Amino acid sequence: MNIRDKVAVIGAGCSKFGENYDKSAEDMIVEAAHDAYTDARIDPSQIQAAWVGTLSSASAGNALADPLKLFNIPITRVENYCASGMDAFRNACMAVASGMYDVVLALGFEKLRDSGQRGLGTFGDHPVVGYGTTAPSLFAMAANRYFETYGIDKTALAKVAIKNHHNGTMSPKAHFRMEVSEDQVVNAPLICSPLGLLDCCPTTDGAAAVIICKEELARSFRADPVKVKGVGLSVTSGEPYMKPSFAYTGFPATAQAAQSAYEQAGMTAKDIDLVECHDCFTITEILNYEDLGLCEKGEGWRYVAEGRANIDGGAVPVNPSGGLKSFGHPIGATGIRMIYEVSQHLWGKAGDRQVKDAEVGLAHNLGGPGSVGCVTILANS
Amino acid sequence: MVGIVSYGSYIPSYRLPRDVIAKEWDGPSLGGERALASFDEDSLTLAMNASIDALGDRNPKAVAGIFFASTTSPYREKQAAATVATVLDTGKELRTMDFSDSLRAGTSALLTALDLAKAGELLLVCAGDARMGEPDTLQEQNYGDAGGALVIGSENVIAELVGTHTVSQEFLGTWRTEEQDYLKSFPGGFENKFGYNRFIAETVQGLLQKCHLEAKDIANAAIAAPSQKALRGALRGLGFDMKSQVQETFWNTVGDAGTAQPLVLLAAVLERAQPGDLILVAGYGDGGDAALFRATDGIASFQVARSVYSQIEVKRTLQSYGKYARFRKLIRKDYATEDESTPVVLLRDQKQILPLYGGKCPACGVIQFPIHRICTECGHRDGLEEIKLSRRGTLFTFTNDYLTETPDPPTTHAVVDLEGGGRVFVQLTDCEAERVEIGMPLELTFRKYHEGYGIKNYFWKARPAE
Repeated sequence: MNIRDKVAVIGAGCSKFGENYDKSAEDMIVEAAHDAYTDARIDPSQIQAAWVGTLSSASAGNALADPLKLFNIPITRVENYCASGMDAFRNACMAVASGMYDVVLALGFEKLRDSGQRGLGTFGDHPVVGYGTTAPSLFAMAANRYFETYGIDKTALAKVAIKNHHNGTMSPKAHFRMEVSEDQVVNAPLICSPLGLLDCCPTTDGAAAVIICKEELARSFRADPVKVKGVGLSVTSGEPYMKPSFAYTGFPATAQAAQSAYEQAGMTAKDIDLVECHDCFTITEILNYEDLGLCEKGEGWRYVAEGRANIDGGAVPVNPSGGLKSFGHPIGATGIRMIYEVSQHLWGKAGDRQVKDAEVGLAHNLGGPGSVGCVTILANS
Repeated sequence: MVGIVSYGSYIPSYRLPRDVIAKEWDGPSLGGERALASFDEDSLTLAMNASIDALGDRNPKAVAGIFFASTTSPYREKQAAATVATVLDTGKELRTMDFSDSLRAGTSALLTALDLAKAGELLLVCAGDARMGEPDTLQEQNYGDAGGALVIGSENVIAELVGTHTVSQEFLGTWRTEEQDYLKSFPGGFENKFGYNRFIAETVQGLLQKCHLEAKDIANAAIAAPSQKALRGALRGLGFDMKSQVQETFWNTVGDAGTAQPLVLLAAVLERAQPGDLILVAGYGDGGDAALFRATDGIASFQVARSVYSQIEVKRTLQSYGKYARFRKLIRKDYATEDESTPVVLLRDQKQILPLYGGKCPACGVIQFPIHRICTECGHRDGLEEIKLSRRGTLFTFTNDYLTETPDPPTTHAVVDLEGGGRVFVQLTDCEAERVEIGMPLELTFRKYHEGYGIKNYFWKARPAE
């Protein structure tokens, strides 16, 4: 079955991302959901079902039911590492496409700053195998392997940080709104070599929400619904570092999810006008260019170095929002925030960071040690 | 012919200069340096790594007994010898025993093994110690950490047993009760005068008399000693030439390594022994033990995996008392990450964790770790064959992680491709962050990853290969 043109986004909302010490998860969920309700011009009573994505900030459908007082409808909590948000969206899309529901809500959120946790802690639950691993360590090992394979160094990574922080200055809801220099990025304190502090996305609080409905009904809510053209999800090994054949210079989960989404949409990378991708670390964005087919294998670092990833770089702009790097990464929220961002561009509402004449956008969410890839293609016609 | 078949030693790579300790307390320095077990080492890993070298390529299933000696065994109740046996992959049908609670436990284990070897058995004796002197005492400077191991048997011996002698004597010189964190020594010269000097003299003389030999017949003597000075005092008047006949105690470079010390000194002597040499080893504590060996022709061609002298040379100097204090839990730090240790998984995955077995796919032949139910490469469903993985390999990729909490940052995570197949994801140790590079040759070393719920979680790490 193909999801193309069966489902439409009719409203999107997003809370302010950041160190939201003054806001609870409830505050952010309500902020994002009401933003989306308003955007879609619907009343909460019209929501027939909901999906909520969070890595670890809550369990069960009550994560949404209680703050939104959204009682007596089916709500499902989705967890798929850092791709929890987009997978919640994907499940919502499939439920609508199946004909079961007309109007549903997909919301992602994460409240990370209420604990003193430094970044994402170790995952895995084995007493010794993989003990002490951190999120940045898994991507840093890819960076060192990429450097070894293509003979480059960390100045190549800095280009991603510079671009995304620049874009972030134009995103009012971004966690960080500041420029960074190559010197600052390269000389930032090391987190996991070669990744320094400014190669890493921040630890952020936030929530994002979208309202989706059956395509035939979309125009009864708004004149310019965003159509879902394809949604792909792929899960590969969660222990890639143990897999003897793993090259560590790309993530097959991304490539496979992209291929599935492109096939459903009947498109290729050439048809895409903008990309919001999962730049949890600068190296990840470079690998994403290659895995999403924006450039050839081994050319990702050139794609950003030559300015092609810029908003007006003459190729496909990547992360006009500022990406995870600058907009922030409240885990469960990110995938939905990407749908929100792409929709803003397709609606022509992205302000200073607007990608001109954007008609087709791609959003890419990545989870775990590069093991869960989720790709969505959206278009305004 | 009963005797020593093989031997190994292990000196941890960290050295703590005694000046660093003295400076911390604004007190006198004894000079020199002491070997220091890192945060991921303890008496068990010290003995373990010496045992791996001592056993070498010998069939582990042939070992009939493993004796572990220490005064600082990682558990108060729980045998360490069983862990050594499991890591060495001996199988279950053997005798394992811990010798403890006396400084003499190392030589006592050796003498017991020699007796059992007379029945034709192959045995492995190992000792490791990381003793704690109270902060701001001279003992804190004096003790050093090390491990030693001997394979004892009746075939292919490189040093045959000539005789043994033991003196057992009630004496309180240095002790530690259940309630005490640190060793206590009675102040002044009491212990040396009425304990150490007397027992060493009695034991050594007793052995020589038993064997109808004189001091001048001995080529080299490996005698445990709290210090070089104490050893000189004990041997005074016995007819030994300190320079040519007595192995120096490595007090200046390693320190007093407790139960492991006589085994390490013996290893140093064996490294340089010639066929026909008469070699004496003696241990002290609640009396004394001594054994005499004659080097055989086999010693000329014996290749030691890692010599004591080379390990003394290859070192990393720790200039921080704070780090030492963190390693030894003198200063404790609460880590944010909750530790959920469980003996259940340690048992279930024992074969993978301790003797390091991986799986080999019968369909595609790919060797993998851990042992998956379904092949990670080709999807073969009917199980993998257990295969013992190599302990040498090269670094495929890595990162120096400053985020993971550890007493000795950074934590270097390493993806290691093992010789002969298999890829493991482990931590790198004994290696400064700036030395790490893709492609570097590595060897695996047995270490402690972390502790939680009172459980020590041992597994393999990688370190630069020599």
